[in-house]
Amino acid sequence: MDNIFGRLTWADVTLFEVFKDPSIDTAVASAAAWIAVLGAVAVVALLTFTRRWGWLWREWLTSVDHKKIGIMYMVLGFVMFARGIFEGVVMRTHQATALDGGILTPHHWAELFSTHGTVMIFFVAMPFITGFMNYLIPLQIGARDMAFPMLNQISLGLTAAGAALVMISLVLGVFETGGWTAYPPFTGAAFDPGPGPDYWVWAIVISGFGSMFSGMNFAVTIYKMRAPGMKYLHMPVFCWTALCTSILLTFALPPLTVAGLMQGLDRLAGFHFFTNDLGGNMMNYANLFWMFGHPEVYILILPAYGIYSELTSTFAAKQLYGYTSLVWATMSIAVISFCVWLHHFFTMGQSPTINAAFGIATAIIAVPTGVKVYVWMATLWRGRIRFTTPIVYMAGFFILFTIGGFSGIILANPAINYQVHNTQFIVAHFHNVLLPGMLFAIFAGIHIWFPKAFGFRLHETWGKVTAALWIAGFSMTFLPLYVVGLMGYPRRSSAYDNPEFVPYMIVTLLGAFVLLTAFAGLVGTFVVSIRNRRDLAVPLGDPWDGRTLEWATPAPPPHWNFPVIPQVRARDAFALEKVEGRPYVVPEEYRDIHLPPSTMAGVMCFLATTGLGFALTWWIWWLAALSAVSVLIWLIGHSLRDHPHVVIPAKEVHRSNQAWIEAIDLATPVDRDHETKRMNRGFAATDMAEAT
Amino acid sequence: MSNAKPMNAHPGMNLGYGEGAHDAEVKVFGFWVFLMSDLVTFGLVFAIFGTMVEATAGGPGPREVTNLHSVAIQTALLLGSSFAFSWASLSMKYHEGRWRTLFYLSFAATSALGFLIIEFLDFRHWIEIGAVPQRSGYLSALWALVGLHGLHVAAGLLWVGAMTAQILIFGLTDDIKSRVTRLGLYWHFLDIVWVGIFSMVFLAGIA
Repeated sequence: MDNIFGRLTWADVTLFEVFKDPSIDTAVASAAAWIAVLGAVAVVALLTFTRRWGWLWREWLTSVDHKKIGIMYMVLGFVMFARGIFEGVVMRTHQATALDGGILTPHHWAELFSTHGTVMIFFVAMPFITGFMNYLIPLQIGARDMAFPMLNQISLGLTAAGAALVMISLVLGVFETGGWTAYPPFTGAAFDPGPGPDYWVWAIVISGFGSMFSGMNFAVTIYKMRAPGMKYLHMPVFCWTALCTSILLTFALPPLTVAGLMQGLDRLAGFHFFTNDLGGNMMNYANLFWMFGHPEVYILILPAYGIYSELTSTFAAKQLYGYTSLVWATMSIAVISFCVWLHHFFTMGQSPTINAAFGIATAIIAVPTGVKVYVWMATLWRGRIRFTTPIVYMAGFFILFTIGGFSGIILANPAINYQVHNTQFIVAHFHNVLLPGMLFAIFAGIHIWFPKAFGFRLHETWGKVTAALWIAGFSMTFLPLYVVGLMGYPRRSSAYDNPEFVPYMIVTLLGAFVLLTAFAGLVGTFVVSIRNRRDLAVPLGDPWDGRTLEWATPAPPPHWNFPVIPQVRARDAFALEKVEGRPYVVPEEYRDIHLPPSTMAGVMCFLATTGLGFALTWWIWWLAALSAVSVLIWLIGHSLRDHPHVVIPAKEVHRSNQAWIEAIDLATPVDRDHETKRMNRGFAATDMAEAT
Repeated sequence: MSNAKPMNAHPGMNLGYGEGAHDAEVKVFGFWVFLMSDLVTFGLVFAIFGTMVEATAGGPGPREVTNLHSVAIQTALLLGSSFAFSWASLSMKYHEGRWRTLFYLSFAATSALGFLIIEFLDFRHWIEIGAVPQRSGYLSALWALVGLHGLHVAAGLLWVGAMTAQILIFGLTDDIKSRVTRLGLYWHFLDIVWVGIFSMVFLAGIA
């Protein structure tokens, strides 16, 4: 072995590029690298300075509490989101100047759209929805934790390892340039020897395993851990959507893993799965990738639908209209989502008959989606709607998502698809469904459940202004792309020669700045809320007159979630108790609670797989072997030791629950007109028009 | 669990009616879900292989790589290993002591090790005749499919080793019984996949 760092050399360090060859392009690249490095250094320094390492290790990194793991997923999502947003703004700046050129080199531009897509889908959207599912599923079904708590932590470790690899690529070497789909042979060894596509492959494969394990874990949790009496059709809608997403994760991630590993074999070992020569077949990649890629769309959007469902019924103070239809619609979407993947490459040479079949399947999937929109509208109809931040997001979602959905139906027609294929129209479409569809739901969901997780509400005015900024920013940035797309502006092209595009691209640039402001508004919301946390405190746990079991706990909930596992008789279990006038029942008898012990498995898997991915990217074989062997030995060693449960004595459960019940007894219930006021301490006066 | 009356969902493990049964119910079900996902993985690799059967690019094809003699021995060894494992499962159910279970487990492991050795000899032969994965799309798919199965068997062997150590350390507790049951599912699953490889790759290849 000639080099212990494989093919990694000093020339791959991007930090100093700008000093060697000063230009806007290298300045952007080096600045990004410096931000990544300094950001990491700042976090380490802050933790050291505030002496928080022990706290971080004991309370968070080694915890198997699903609530904490969920919050860590959200934090990971936010860090990566910051990067994705800034990349978006740089890209829009480039496009606004891209008439016959642009501020970035074509290669850097290609890297940007590839990282932006990869980061936003795999390391923003996925952690966000996984975070929500982690936090909510056990609470909503009345369980204490996931079916496999340690595996849950390992999933987080694997996802974070993928994210870490993408972040490392900012500093060392380059990322791939073939878009988030990374189609070979363009990303094959013959055309791009690396390390860019290798970063992509290993980040995706490693985090893909994490997502797959999450899916299995959530599915088993929902199937097997529901509270006694909670039949399938008693589950909160969010759990239904989470179940469908989990099933999709279990079955749709293998194609991505297979595609990624085959691409890895092509690149590392000279196999011929997707190469141009010796019998390789690129179409296999396209099919495998989209067999994952299309269900992935629904993996992301279904939990968002779940959040919108909880949101409408909570803030309209009504039972969800058409629960059963919604469940059927969700299941239908989950099934049909496996039958439409080919619409991502209508133009790649299959027969018109096949295209027609997939086009029809694609159009059909709009039907259950339409059912959902009607369900939410009917729920709001004649409800007693409170105009809180989540409802602002919902309003934006209704209008914008419908536009995005319609453009999807247009694209489902192969004949039209041929015309707008590979133009900005597509970019407009998927941003239109992902931002108002998924991201708005995440933000609305944060406003709803943040008080549950941290014990205080988020600032309403800041929240509403931020929501309005997201809606305006989205509209300005992405709606003009429909027009330039129809005018013939190709997607992913680093420059254009039609001056008519320029005004539109300037509007989208301004829109991108509005989005950046919206992101700042989001950060501001958190900062202002944390500062005013005493005024915003809702320790009693039910600030929104909630309907499902998670609201029947204090905020934040104790590690064990429920002092005794609740008995469920119907849908909207907590709402039913409140309407019947006997919520917060004190259990007759407390028992010791057994909880899974903390473990460092997640951290071990994170370190080992980050090392493995990095080593495979840079051909550092000793590190690859060391990482793989060490994690195997650790896991086997772990299985040979006894890991007794942590026992919470009945006395402590009793004391903690009693303190909460007594606080509720002393509190005055707050009616819905005052829920955003200081007097809202989390004890809601029930106002449900049709609670049951 | 939704039904309050005691249940014994896994009579094959001979657990008590307490927490252990519920625990095993959740974990064994979870393992079935994993196997479904793994089956999808194998299914996809099979499908890719199917599309690449013709893609020999003038290199060695199915006739050159198929040695039915060796494949028959491998099949016998792997199926024999599965058979031995089912005896291990039965003795775990019917006998108190751990030794009988370990005895059959060692048979299962030895037989699977034999399978891997013969498979390795096949691989070596393929390399000798130039049937390396770098030669053609067909060979890439062949190596990936057979190799993925072989890797699963090797991982399974590692698991049997860890399981043996666990049985020696903890004895056949409810928890360990549930683990052995999951390992058994995995073991038999690999047999089913091998039957697919045997018939679709080797038999169909020379048919």
